[in-house]
Amino acid sequence: MSEAMVRVSNVYKSYVRGNQKVEVLHGLTLEIPKGDFVALMGPSGSGKTTLLNLIGGLDRPTSGEVLVGGQRIDQLSSAQLAKWRARNVGFVFQFYNLMPVLTAERNVELPLLLTSLGAAQRRKSVAVALEVVGLSDRARHKPKELSGGQEQRVAIARALVSDPTILICDEPTGDLDRKTADEILGLLQLLNREHGKTIVMVTHDPKAAEFARRILHLEKGQLLEQTTAAA
Amino acid sequence: MTRTGFVFANLLRKKTRTMLTLLSVVTAFLLFGLLQAVNVLFSAGAEFVGATRLVTQARVSFTQSLPMRLLPQIESVPGVEKVMWAQWFGAVWQENTQLIFFATDPGRLHEVYPEYVMPDQQWKAFAETRTGMIVGRNLADQYGWRIGDKVPIFSNIFPQKDGSKAWTFDLVGIYDGKDQEWQRNTNVGWINFAYFDEANQFGSGRAGTFTLKLANPDQAAQVAQTIDAMFENSPDETKTQTEKDFNLGFFKQIGDIGLIVRWILFAVFFTLLLVVGNTIAQSVRERIPELAILKTLGFTDGDVLGFVLAEAAAICVIGGLLGLGVATVIGIAIGSGGNFPLAVDYRVWFAGVLAIIGLSLAVGLLPALRAGRLSIVDALAGR
Repeated sequence: MSEAMVRVSNVYKSYVRGNQKVEVLHGLTLEIPKGDFVALMGPSGSGKTTLLNLIGGLDRPTSGEVLVGGQRIDQLSSAQLAKWRARNVGFVFQFYNLMPVLTAERNVELPLLLTSLGAAQRRKSVAVALEVVGLSDRARHKPKELSGGQEQRVAIARALVSDPTILICDEPTGDLDRKTADEILGLLQLLNREHGKTIVMVTHDPKAAEFARRILHLEKGQLLEQTTAAA
Repeated sequence: MTRTGFVFANLLRKKTRTMLTLLSVVTAFLLFGLLQAVNVLFSAGAEFVGATRLVTQARVSFTQSLPMRLLPQIESVPGVEKVMWAQWFGAVWQENTQLIFFATDPGRLHEVYPEYVMPDQQWKAFAETRTGMIVGRNLADQYGWRIGDKVPIFSNIFPQKDGSKAWTFDLVGIYDGKDQEWQRNTNVGWINFAYFDEANQFGSGRAGTFTLKLANPDQAAQVAQTIDAMFENSPDETKTQTEKDFNLGFFKQIGDIGLIVRWILFAVFFTLLLVVGNTIAQSVRERIPELAILKTLGFTDGDVLGFVLAEAAAICVIGGLLGLGVATVIGIAIGSGGNFPLAVDYRVWFAGVLAIIGLSLAVGLLPALRAGRLSIVDALAGR
């Protein structure tokens, strides 16, 4: 795990809200090796999600460098970032964010519309992704016909289907009960250990964080400490 | 799944709303199709006749007649090949159905309007039968008239010498149009001028219009100018114009049809713009997080813009084509009646397709641009 998957160097990020400039990250530096599973913890407003957005290429830093998979993404244009995300990143969100009008398999297929794969290849990839998350039997169901845990599994399958180099998870179990949350976290752990996926996860839940290899604590936009998770 | 499939899946998200919106588009384009057809119909003579014929009428109005003594002078103008005259008969069928009937010279009608096709035998019968009349195929079919029928026609302008408004004519011929377009205009009846002129109470030797067949269409302007100059400052000043302008002027007596149609369509489309535009905008507002998710998956700003624009276009295209299709069917139904040859033809469809494209852009572009410019971070944070 020595090769760096993510390298964040002296990153500042500020927003303007109304008339006020809000500084969120203050010269943050961080390195995440390939194959790592990192949990980002910290109080609300500490900059966890902002850091996650920068690593996932959803936002750009005010200053500093963000390298992911050896590519400096803070300098990419909006269109270049979109293409980069399609190839390199899978996102999992707290509220699943599935398309309600599509079945589970169609939701999982959505990112593959950006690839050159034919319909048959796409179907095969979708089937594999749904099998990995244990939802092959729910492929034809729409999100409203699934439980929260199942919806999140579909979201994970969607994040995985294009075989990204890094998974970005923002409070992936924040809307689930303990038992279901543990199942989802177990799945993420499996993806990390068995499939070698690098995972960066934001969570408020110390129990969830224990599923990660490392726990990073942020406060007021700065990295405080890192601990190694028990799991 | 394809991108098109994704667009249609989104359209069916709220089926009732989509169906109602679609219905409003269908209705608007149905109206568009029919009104445009009316517009085309009213200027149709213009387009298929061209300037191979001129019409000379009284300068004041076509309701004023001109003396037949002008005929030799008009005929003598260089470039005039043949002249036909016609007098509006003011025909009424049965109680109150107005018909388009003119009194004319049969031989000259045949020569000036070769587009009317009828067996020589029937032309001959028309020329030789003083009480003869010929009618177009549409008119004959509409009233079930057959050759040999004695047809009673009233005139609300010209009573007979005995004061009776009832005339009886012998149907001696039924003409067709030389092509589909002229066939649609076979809703006119013609009676023998010689008989009409002799038998009517008012008048003798006067015609409403002279129709001039030109030897060379290029001379149209010159011929018109010469004729009008010839009768300038006389008691019978003339106005000579192309058949197109004459037809338009005739219909403009009931108002500027084009302007009326344009205003109605403007009102219809303005309302439609608000209805469909609001629906699309609302649909985008409801889906801001979903659109942001599409961007996280790697769809570009342009892709997302395209999805929203495609949804707007799909509603406009499907609704527009359905509306024009229904209008076409209604047009055929009305047109086959004969008296009002309405046709939603390629000109209407062409204008309709342009309107569909315009409407798609008008209702879809702003919401699409908004969706395209969406900031992922703000959208996911609910800002």
